[in-house]
Amino acid sequence: MKRKAKAMVMTGWLLIAGTGFSKAAVAEETIKVGVLHSLSGTMAISETTLKDTILMMIDAQNKKGGLLGKKLEPVVVDPASNWPLFAEKAAQLLEKDKVAVVFGCWTSVSRKSVLPVFEKDNGLLFYPVQYEGEESSKNVIYTGAAPNQQAIPAVDYLMKEVGVKRWVLEGTDYVYPRTTNKILEAYLKLKGVKAEDISINYTPFGHSDWQSRVAAIKKFGSAGKKTAVVSTINGDANVPFYKELGNQKISAEDIPVVAFSVGEEELSGLDAKPLLGHLAAWNYFESINTPANKAFIAQWHTFIKNPKRTTNDPMEAHYIGFNLWVKAVEKARSTDVEKVLSALPGLETPNLTGGVAKVLPNHHITKPVYIGEVKADGQFNVVWKSAAEVPGDAWSRYLPGSKDIVADWVTLKCGNYNTITKKCSGQNYK
Amino acid sequence: MPLLVLRGVTPVHAQSPHDVSFLSTLGELREATYSDKANIVDRLSKSGHPSVRAVLTALLEDRLYFRNNDRKIFIVKTAEGDPLNLIDPVSLRDAGSAPVDSLTQIGTNNALRRELRTAVARFALSSPEVGVRLDAVREMLRSLDDASVALLRARLGVETDGGVKKEIKTGLALAALDSSDTKGRLEAIATLKQSLSQDVRNRLALLLDKSADGTFVERDEKVRREAASAVEMIDSWRRLYSAIQTLFFGLSLGSVLVLIAIGLAITFGVMGVINMAHGELMMLGAYTTYAVQVAMPGHVGVSILAAIPAAFIVAGLTGVLMERTIIRFLYGRPLETLLATFGVSLILQQAVRSIFSALNRSVVTPGWMSGSLRLNDALEVTYNRLYVVIFTLMVFCLILVVLKRTRVGLEIRAVAQNRAMAKAMGIRTEWVDAVTFGLGSGVAGVAGVALSQLTNVGPNLGQSYIIDSFMVVVFGGVGNLWGSLIGGMSMGIVNELLEPWAGAVLAKIFILVALILFIQARPRGLFPQAGRAAEDK
Repeated sequence: MKRKAKAMVMTGWLLIAGTGFSKAAVAEETIKVGVLHSLSGTMAISETTLKDTILMMIDAQNKKGGLLGKKLEPVVVDPASNWPLFAEKAAQLLEKDKVAVVFGCWTSVSRKSVLPVFEKDNGLLFYPVQYEGEESSKNVIYTGAAPNQQAIPAVDYLMKEVGVKRWVLEGTDYVYPRTTNKILEAYLKLKGVKAEDISINYTPFGHSDWQSRVAAIKKFGSAGKKTAVVSTINGDANVPFYKELGNQKISAEDIPVVAFSVGEEELSGLDAKPLLGHLAAWNYFESINTPANKAFIAQWHTFIKNPKRTTNDPMEAHYIGFNLWVKAVEKARSTDVEKVLSALPGLETPNLTGGVAKVLPNHHITKPVYIGEVKADGQFNVVWKSAAEVPGDAWSRYLPGSKDIVADWVTLKCGNYNTITKKCSGQNYK
Repeated sequence: MPLLVLRGVTPVHAQSPHDVSFLSTLGELREATYSDKANIVDRLSKSGHPSVRAVLTALLEDRLYFRNNDRKIFIVKTAEGDPLNLIDPVSLRDAGSAPVDSLTQIGTNNALRRELRTAVARFALSSPEVGVRLDAVREMLRSLDDASVALLRARLGVETDGGVKKEIKTGLALAALDSSDTKGRLEAIATLKQSLSQDVRNRLALLLDKSADGTFVERDEKVRREAASAVEMIDSWRRLYSAIQTLFFGLSLGSVLVLIAIGLAITFGVMGVINMAHGELMMLGAYTTYAVQVAMPGHVGVSILAAIPAAFIVAGLTGVLMERTIIRFLYGRPLETLLATFGVSLILQQAVRSIFSALNRSVVTPGWMSGSLRLNDALEVTYNRLYVVIFTLMVFCLILVVLKRTRVGLEIRAVAQNRAMAKAMGIRTEWVDAVTFGLGSGVAGVAGVALSQLTNVGPNLGQSYIIDSFMVVVFGGVGNLWGSLIGGMSMGIVNELLEPWAGAVLAKIFILVALILFIQARPRGLFPQAGRAAEDK
């Protein structure tokens, strides 16, 4: 009885304190930060983690005293893995909530969906996921890898260090694998690989019967030349794919598979034994031992209250993106999008792996490239890293349509300037 | 105190100069790059030290560590657990234990592991087990050098097992292809002709290549002719086996289709209920497998077997519940049944999302279900698919027996054929309806157990199979179990035949179009139900 009474008194105090606090918060002017990640639907698995990352960063920044003397206030919306809804929610964040900046999107199709909204309302989006490139918007900062920061170095590694002569480009049937494979095919041919040594194949989303594909890969790989698979297989389909590789006894020592969408988070849910030794190319691995990374992992575990949660590459991209934005706002002494955008190019912030991320005039950033082999515990053993950070290319140098195009938002003020026709072809270039 | 004494004593045992140089070479592994490590491994395996094999095996299995404070190298017994039990790499005796944090693992990469595997294989050549020797020889054949050839030649003299002998002879023949004596090369080709291995074929094909100046690599024309005929022979055998393999792929895909369709053949085929929640009943079966596995840690193999009856009961009871609470009010109203069961499917999906989270669950595959059965160099059959084929046939026979040979089965058939007459004969048709639906649902659950071994266990598992299962039942002929069997198997085989040249997406489209055309010509499927019952529907 006594305890109950005490609890009630406590609750009362908390309520009063709570209302008092929220009143104070309302009175105080805040800087609103939009978070546009799917919290339900198929992409929720990946995107919820990114929402939590941004909330953690905002929390930490507020504990340091906020920004420009104001507290940061997150505005979280749920576009529910529904691409048109991404555009609606983006419009809501920019027009109704009037947020200073938005961190969000995962799939390329969601980014393409919000792009017109950000350009119309002159918003600012930080996009944290590796993507197919061929884009540079005035209103987007791309903190994930462009193909030349992930796919091309991975192929270079296989070609030079492993001595791969034959290539299987295996992907899920949608825009990211198709564009990436187009760039890779052009690149491989440029490097003297013959057409008969390249096999490109696409399977539907969630493909589960890999028997004949894996048998075909085995056959393709038994021609006496070292063969590797470059996998842009997405999501669910990876598990049966790697299982079938294991069952048909194709080990990473015979035919290594390098994947661009398999990371720590994906491996945490499955038995990593069939994947042992297969490769992944990213700009960050949880297993990289630096003081900054250790501190970040510890901060993440405390914030999410689960010491088993993994960290991954897009999380690092958000970490970098958030810190860049904070620096830009401090430099511009304002959250005004125009001022922040002109402050961003040239800004530098340390990444988690001991290097520096610098914003380039094309709105991409510099990133180191790491290649890791899967270990039995689902973490990666780094077997190669780039000598220095690689600057991201908005437009691929290896595609005939895009190699003459440059993006420069500092001097040219254009995302797709054609160096031959000397024209800025506008955002709708195709 | 005794422990302390023991610790003091262990390292004191006599270290010969051989040991010292072995240890110093081993020590270089700590800082070396991967290519340097390959070099060190080579030196170690040539050192002839008695513990080389143990050290190299440990490195291969990620069990070689060094202690951070004194930088001494140790082998650990197993890489799991904390603290780790240490073994001294020279004396191979126990050397106490240490927490994981105080040790650093000596890493390997793919190229290094390949090197290590060959090095370890040389030691395994004298293993008492035939299987280990066979694997060792096969491993050595992949990269033959003079040292391996000498070892193989020595082994051939003492080898007793025929299979191992044959592999060794293949290896020696491969080496003999480089000999300068024409007769030796011809004999080697005659031996290699018997092989089915792709590596052998590629090696022989090299003899037919021309070098840069336009002359043949192999100067003797007779040898070239023999090599060409050997390549042709190996190719034709491999083509035959590859056709057999495609057939097996088709049967295995077909049996998955049959397995997912049998339950539906009962609920849709016999009762005429369009059950959109059929896929979710399979999903329940898959999740039951996961739950049983979590409840029985350490017994992966047994848990799969235990999951079969468990999944039947869980999915079957869910089915009975569905029938009693929803479907029985909607008999004869197919559209409402379709919508209601679709609703049930959404409820079931959301239920597992709430209970197990939206993330996929990982069901561990037992050892006896992974890997493949090697029939010869050209044909291997994966175990998980093989078991699914056998399992499907067993389930099919069991259902057939239940329907044709038991009283319940008789009543089910009676109600399906003529409800009013069956009722007049004293059969409790309501009860039979519930049992039939429960049986169909239970079989769907059992299919889920098999699917958990082939694909992801997640909330969307059912949706990805529901369309396929309806296709099989419609193609085979509604109400006919044999139709579902033949229909499913033939769809599987056609799919696997089409896939290599049309791609997975197009193959599916082709099959769908072909099915639509077929249904246009024969609306009642492959094996239409004859008689009055068919007229009624």
